[in-house]
Amino acid sequence: MARLILPLGVAILVGVAGLSLATGPTAVPVLAGLSDWLLGVTSPAAMVIGEIRLPRTLLSLAVGAALGLAGAALQGLLRNPLADPSLTGASQGAALGAAAVFYFGLFPAAGEAAPALAGLLGAGAALLLMLALAGSARSSLVIMAGLAISTLAGAALATVLNFAPNPFAMQELVFWLLGSVSERGLNHLIVLLPALVIGGLLVWRQRHLLAALSLGEAVAQSMGLALSRGSRLIVLGTALLVGASVAIAGSIGFVGLLVPHLVRPLVNHRPDRLLLPSAAAGAALVCLADICVRLLPPGREIKLGVLTSLLGAPLFIWLIWKDRQRWL
Amino acid sequence: MALIQVRHLALPPRLDGVSFTLDAGEVLGVIGPNGSGKSSLLQCVAGLLPGRGEIAFDDQPIESLRPRQRARNIGLLPQTCESAWSLSVDDVVALGRLPWGDRDDGAIRLAMQQSGVEALRQRKVDHLSGGEQARVWLARVLAGQPRLLLADEPIASLDLYYQRSVMETLRRYANDGNGVVLAIHDFSLAARYCDRLCLMHDGRVDAFGTPAEVLTEARLSRVFRVPVHVDLAADPPVITTR
Repeated sequence: MARLILPLGVAILVGVAGLSLATGPTAVPVLAGLSDWLLGVTSPAAMVIGEIRLPRTLLSLAVGAALGLAGAALQGLLRNPLADPSLTGASQGAALGAAAVFYFGLFPAAGEAAPALAGLLGAGAALLLMLALAGSARSSLVIMAGLAISTLAGAALATVLNFAPNPFAMQELVFWLLGSVSERGLNHLIVLLPALVIGGLLVWRQRHLLAALSLGEAVAQSMGLALSRGSRLIVLGTALLVGASVAIAGSIGFVGLLVPHLVRPLVNHRPDRLLLPSAAAGAALVCLADICVRLLPPGREIKLGVLTSLLGAPLFIWLIWKDRQRWL
Repeated sequence: MALIQVRHLALPPRLDGVSFTLDAGEVLGVIGPNGSGKSSLLQCVAGLLPGRGEIAFDDQPIESLRPRQRARNIGLLPQTCESAWSLSVDDVVALGRLPWGDRDDGAIRLAMQQSGVEALRQRKVDHLSGGEQARVWLARVLAGQPRLLLADEPIASLDLYYQRSVMETLRRYANDGNGVVLAIHDFSLAARYCDRLCLMHDGRVDAFGTPAEVLTEARLSRVFRVPVHVDLAADPPVITTR
């Protein structure tokens, strides 16, 4: 069963992506539109699929995959099912970077991708600070350092909000922070994809360490694995994944925390086997949530991050309730 | 030929000039009061703590072994072990193959046989009793087929049945031509199953030799600060406080 999870996840992913391409206010032939767009034929279907739905679908998939993978990696590293990938400090750093764009108009040349670019820089700065603070310490202290930097970036963000020059900039920022993949183009994907690939590879290459850490740090070390170097690489990968996804799509709550939790029983609780199925499930979940956003009645759109939090929190409460029953 | 030679191993303030030699096929019991350096000694040999001094494995300086090679040759069973996740026994034992980078079914099955956990292989490790878990952690180390097995108090908190079962597994593993070093607080079992004993006191080796040489009433009473009664002629040997 556990071996079938990944192929199954990929199949679900393809199905959800197809559904996402087919979802919208107007009915458009998906395959015809996609082939037209790929061949460079100008048709209304090609415009709708290629310019609007494809970027949105790919972005939601990439953001979901990044968050699912980051959550699985960090929970494995900390041996704690309640670890949230935002603990690395990267997401607050990204939010601060984006806020700076809304207030100071940085990177005017980047156009719509400016918040994403600044977000990525903010995440990178937060990450460097965190790694410098943590030094070569053990993973628990790395997370303390992440929390400290996260708090610092959060305080700076609050200061920026406090002294907002005009209410519109503040509104824009708050909406951006709520998380969304709409009104973004393929150029956003160009920012996100390298981070997804590099972060993913960093984490994937440490899968043996994650497996060994199930039995504790002493066991992992006694098996010849480089514990402190490997831990830092995992934190680096996680921060890249989370920072990039927050920079692109704002904060999409609960995915990084919840998805590994849901997938874990399907892979016999093995932290190394959890990585890819978690990425696939995260991608499918965020894409599905975005389909829901589009299916809700037109008017004021609910933000994707708000929806995932609204759906995720009760699910999380249910999981804790179920866990509690098990120990009673 | 000596499997492992330790010379003047120091790790201030925990270890001070510890030296001993162990041949293949032997079980060495490390005994001593709490805080005397038993765990630190095992962790230094396993490469977890950076001790000063010389350690030679198979007549080669241990630094010449890469971490992976070292892990293939020296397995460590830590004092406390638990699984963060609800892994199956099968998966836990298979983790012992990590230094080799394979999932050698033969080695895994043999390790399960040696420690008697075959019947549990499909069970979740967090649903097992403490005694069953102890044997699973041991099977994990055995699956790596290390030539030197370091076990840190493997029978602490186990009942009589599991104490004997774990000790016999370790004894048989040594008889197959491997070396075993274990920290142990039960002197009767130590006298019965170990070829040599190393009595630690304040980070130094107080005595090293056969159980009869090390386990004397005067020495144990001095080191443990309680009057101790020793009768090694009894079967099994009796060592207890007066």
